[in-house]
Amino acid sequence: MGTAAAEKSSPEGDIITIDHLKKSFGGHEVLKDISLKLAKGENLVIMGKSGTGKSVLIKCIVRLIEPDAGEIKILGKDVLKLNADELNDVRKKIGFLFQSAALYDSMTVRENLEFPLREVRKKNEEIEQMVEEALKNVGLLDVIDKMPSELSGGMRKRIGLARTLILRPEVILYDEPNTGLDPITTREISKLIVELKDKYQTSSIIITHDSECARITANRIMIINEGLCVAEGTYEELEKSEDEFVSSFFTKQD
Amino acid sequence: MKKDATVLEENGEEAKKQASKFSIAYLSERLDDFFGQVDTFTRFTLRFFKEAFMPPYEVNEFLKQCYLVGNKSLPLVGLTALIMGLVFTMQSRPTLTKFGAQSWLPAMVAIAMIREISPVITALICAGKVGSGIGAELASMRVTEQIDAMEVSGNRPFKYLVVTRVMAITLMVPLLAIFSDSISLLGSFIGVNLQGDTTAKLFLSHIFEKLDFIDVFPAIIKTFFFGFAIGIISCYKGYNSNSGTEGVGRAANTSVVQASLTIFIIDMLAVQVANFFT
Repeated sequence: MGTAAAEKSSPEGDIITIDHLKKSFGGHEVLKDISLKLAKGENLVIMGKSGTGKSVLIKCIVRLIEPDAGEIKILGKDVLKLNADELNDVRKKIGFLFQSAALYDSMTVRENLEFPLREVRKKNEEIEQMVEEALKNVGLLDVIDKMPSELSGGMRKRIGLARTLILRPEVILYDEPNTGLDPITTREISKLIVELKDKYQTSSIIITHDSECARITANRIMIINEGLCVAEGTYEELEKSEDEFVSSFFTKQD
Repeated sequence: MKKDATVLEENGEEAKKQASKFSIAYLSERLDDFFGQVDTFTRFTLRFFKEAFMPPYEVNEFLKQCYLVGNKSLPLVGLTALIMGLVFTMQSRPTLTKFGAQSWLPAMVAIAMIREISPVITALICAGKVGSGIGAELASMRVTEQIDAMEVSGNRPFKYLVVTRVMAITLMVPLLAIFSDSISLLGSFIGVNLQGDTTAKLFLSHIFEKLDFIDVFPAIIKTFFFGFAIGIISCYKGYNSNSGTEGVGRAANTSVVQASLTIFIIDMLAVQVANFFT
């Protein structure tokens, strides 16, 4: 089911292709057989219950977790066959926003944003300009010299997003960008994801539980349950689904 | 009667549990676990040597860590050394006086401090202060996905976090030990003068008359190994921590315990090696 809708997109336009991905932890099969394709300029939202392997899936894509079987191609490169240096080169083209934003606690916001640029040969003025532009994009230029501990949850997520964007990645992987945020901030972050996608022409995979985030950001939604893709389609298609499990993600709770 | 039966049943269960602790399967599991850890630690250490000599070099972070390790440990190492020198002198005086060897007091204290006490105490202080700090810091970075964030942005966290810290501690522990040697002699000088009147010149001439190259050189060399052991153990524990906030505490604790034990083992081996050459 996972590949059926994805096969509609042209192979040339696919940024990420995953085939029959499997991953187990201590005998527990988290990903049983996942296949997906991410087309250029597309926002793919992956939804599912907690513990169904959504985060494991995107961590496998960047090889933070090594899959047991399957194939992952990013920008035409089989990432599971790359050596450390080649993998680093591919990783520089991918942005990853962690659930906790993962800001470096011992560094200021400025240093957090400068960190990914350490190996990029640029003049100090250029780096400063890139940092300021990234912060302007997320509307937080005024916190440039603050420490992460001085920021709110929403601000941390925005700074995390700015850090993710600073290397101008072609693909961005969002691991639950709205977790722990209030509905207003959730909507703001979701809108920001769409704005930045349009501005930088990125393709994204967004892991979320939040149907509002999915509605705002998704071009296509994939629902995972027990390590398998159980439904795929647009927000409107899945919202009307007669499948109780699928529709439960889109039902507003009282 | 029912109560007795329940107690007997519980005792039986407990006995079974105890017996299973000594079963072959249990022992083999423990051995597997032990050798698994030896394997990962060896790979971690080999990776350190590989990445330490390959560019790019993280000079700024290395200097920052040298400052943090060295400068911030200086007051504690200094105070401890002063007290150790003073107390050791005061404790040794009655025994030496009994044998009429009071004039040997400065030299004896100096040799004991430089050969053994200062290097070991300095290393233990660093294991406690710096080792636990690094263990907890890296474990916390692992738990909050900061290390993963460095990795996915292609920034070589091992080189940035581990190589710089291990190298900084390896360099700073010997320097701190030399500082500790000097301060402990100052403490000893104060101790000598608490119950007598000895000039600094006479005190120092007594020391340097008896102190040989073989007293100083092996003591300094072994502190490099102490520093390396503290660095690599605490970084290994922190970098490979993965059990949430509980793992952070465990990483800090095991860093100190294992580094301290390793310091004593290295010290024992160093004495054997030094004796071989004398």
